[in-house]
Amino acid sequence: MKLRQNDVMWRATRLGYRYPSGDREAIEEATLGVATGEIVALVGPNGSGKSTLIRLLVGAREPNRGETELLGRKLAAWSALEIARRVGIMAQHEEPAFPVTVRELVAMGRYPHLGAWRRPGVDDHHAIERALERCRVDSLADRSFVTLSGGERQRARLARALAQEPLALALDEPTAALDIASEMSIWELLRAEAAKGKTVLLSTHNLNLAARYADRLVLLHRGRVAADGTPESVLREGTLSDVYGWPVKVMEHPGPGPDQGAPQVVPLHPESAS
Amino acid sequence: MSRGVVLAALVLAVAGAIAVSLRFGAVGLGWSGVWEGLSGDGDPIAVAITRDLRLPRAVLAALVGGALGLAGATFQALLRNPLADPYVLGVSGGAAVGAVVAIGAGWAGAAAWSLPVSALTGAALAIALVLRIATNVERRLDVRVLLLSGVVAGTFFNACILLALSFQEAEAFRAAVFWMMGGLGGASWQLVWMMGLALGGASIVLLGLSRSFDLIAHGEETAGFLGVPVQRVRLLAYLIASLLTAGAVVAAGGIGFVGLFVPHTVRLLWGGGHRFLLPATLLVGAAFLPLADTLARVITAPGELPLGVITAFVGVPFFVLVLRRQTRQAPA
Repeated sequence: MKLRQNDVMWRATRLGYRYPSGDREAIEEATLGVATGEIVALVGPNGSGKSTLIRLLVGAREPNRGETELLGRKLAAWSALEIARRVGIMAQHEEPAFPVTVRELVAMGRYPHLGAWRRPGVDDHHAIERALERCRVDSLADRSFVTLSGGERQRARLARALAQEPLALALDEPTAALDIASEMSIWELLRAEAAKGKTVLLSTHNLNLAARYADRLVLLHRGRVAADGTPESVLREGTLSDVYGWPVKVMEHPGPGPDQGAPQVVPLHPESAS
Repeated sequence: MSRGVVLAALVLAVAGAIAVSLRFGAVGLGWSGVWEGLSGDGDPIAVAITRDLRLPRAVLAALVGGALGLAGATFQALLRNPLADPYVLGVSGGAAVGAVVAIGAGWAGAAAWSLPVSALTGAALAIALVLRIATNVERRLDVRVLLLSGVVAGTFFNACILLALSFQEAEAFRAAVFWMMGGLGGASWQLVWMMGLALGGASIVLLGLSRSFDLIAHGEETAGFLGVPVQRVRLLAYLIASLLTAGAVVAAGGIGFVGLFVPHTVRLLWGGGHRFLLPATLLVGAAFLPLADTLARVITAPGELPLGVITAFVGVPFFVLVLRRQTRQAPA
């Protein structure tokens, strides 16, 4: 499928969702669009609905209200396999019940292309090797997944998503609990993928890196979209202090580098709020 | 060794195990006796022993062993739990209640077919009951609830069995206990056909699901994100593996341990995804049980030891050996 820049990857209109056991709406009146080739970061406090919104956008949950379109077609009209061939999705957690090697893990990304019976062919092996190299886990390919460090695990999981050869990535907190170098290497990888035309939707708690790497931020608050736009327009002291319930100061990235001037958020001491 | 070579070697191992099972027993035949018996132009007694007694028993042992291995591997993937075995969800308990009722009420004495039918009915009721408990309001099958409801149902069936047994005469009591311990004494070509069809059908379906098992065992949400219809796969795998287990229990009673250690042995020795694991567990189970049954027949010949005792006595040390070797190799 040939995509033009700024085609609409996702469009969600007035989504509403409540978990069967939930006591409030997890997502309420959420409207947003994601264009192709864009990096969009979902930000907001814990429990603000970031993971739920991702689940709704990839069809893992059906909204109670509103509707979602993927590539201009209603999400409900897509089968799970059709979605998996176009969107590489990374859940927040995965706990393997039995050991797998990194290569086996990445090879799982070919499932949507293989189905139940077809044997993996040359294309599949190439996709797997390319993904291993892209995420720099080719040297770990025969290691057991559970023996990897946190950063290596996330890179291996990202490699699986890339092995799907998708048009878009939807990643739920791909950089949670990573050190600086591991986290930066993931963001750099995502920027490189976006430069090649891939759409990236991710959730994160790192507002400062989101401000530097994402084209747009969507700030969620209690399941609603509190702000949506460029990092400069979303990361405002008043909005953030309200949404997070904590005083913050927004400064400019001092540089050097291409991100100089990007808004950077510093949480303040609670008594220093003016 | 490539996976294909391993599978081919295992097929030969199954054939070898069946051959050994034909050769040894209360009556010594010798290899020439086995050959003459099979080809039908030897001593009529040898012909009767090989064709009518040992062959159906050996083939049934292979089928039951294969079924237990396959069902065990399936339950472990489905429940994402290495402790799962074919009996963990109460299927054998339900079948045993059926069997004990049939024996206690005297139906089993009156008509031979009533015992398997009654056991199968009990197993089917157990499957339906556990499924009903485990399906939640959203009509989703939650594996934690499934595991719990299976264990609870199994405990309940055990209580039912004990209650039923406490009212039995000594003769029926003994018959019921022996049935529950498991054994292949009741082998017949009818049972071979039943088990063969069940195992053949189940293998095709489960092999078709094997790639999804890899993903589900790895993580349910991730499997769903990769396009696996998790709910459908889970329900189908549960039903197929349960029916297969029910068939094995009806054919040979509750033979313990095979369904637990065979999948783990295959995993430890060769690793690999379910596309290899499922056929390999089937074959290892099919090679193991005829050998165990031969031991059960030979050790105290002409008497017979309970097969479940042999599977544990032989299986446990072997499994411990494999486990120790592997954990020493890879401390992580």
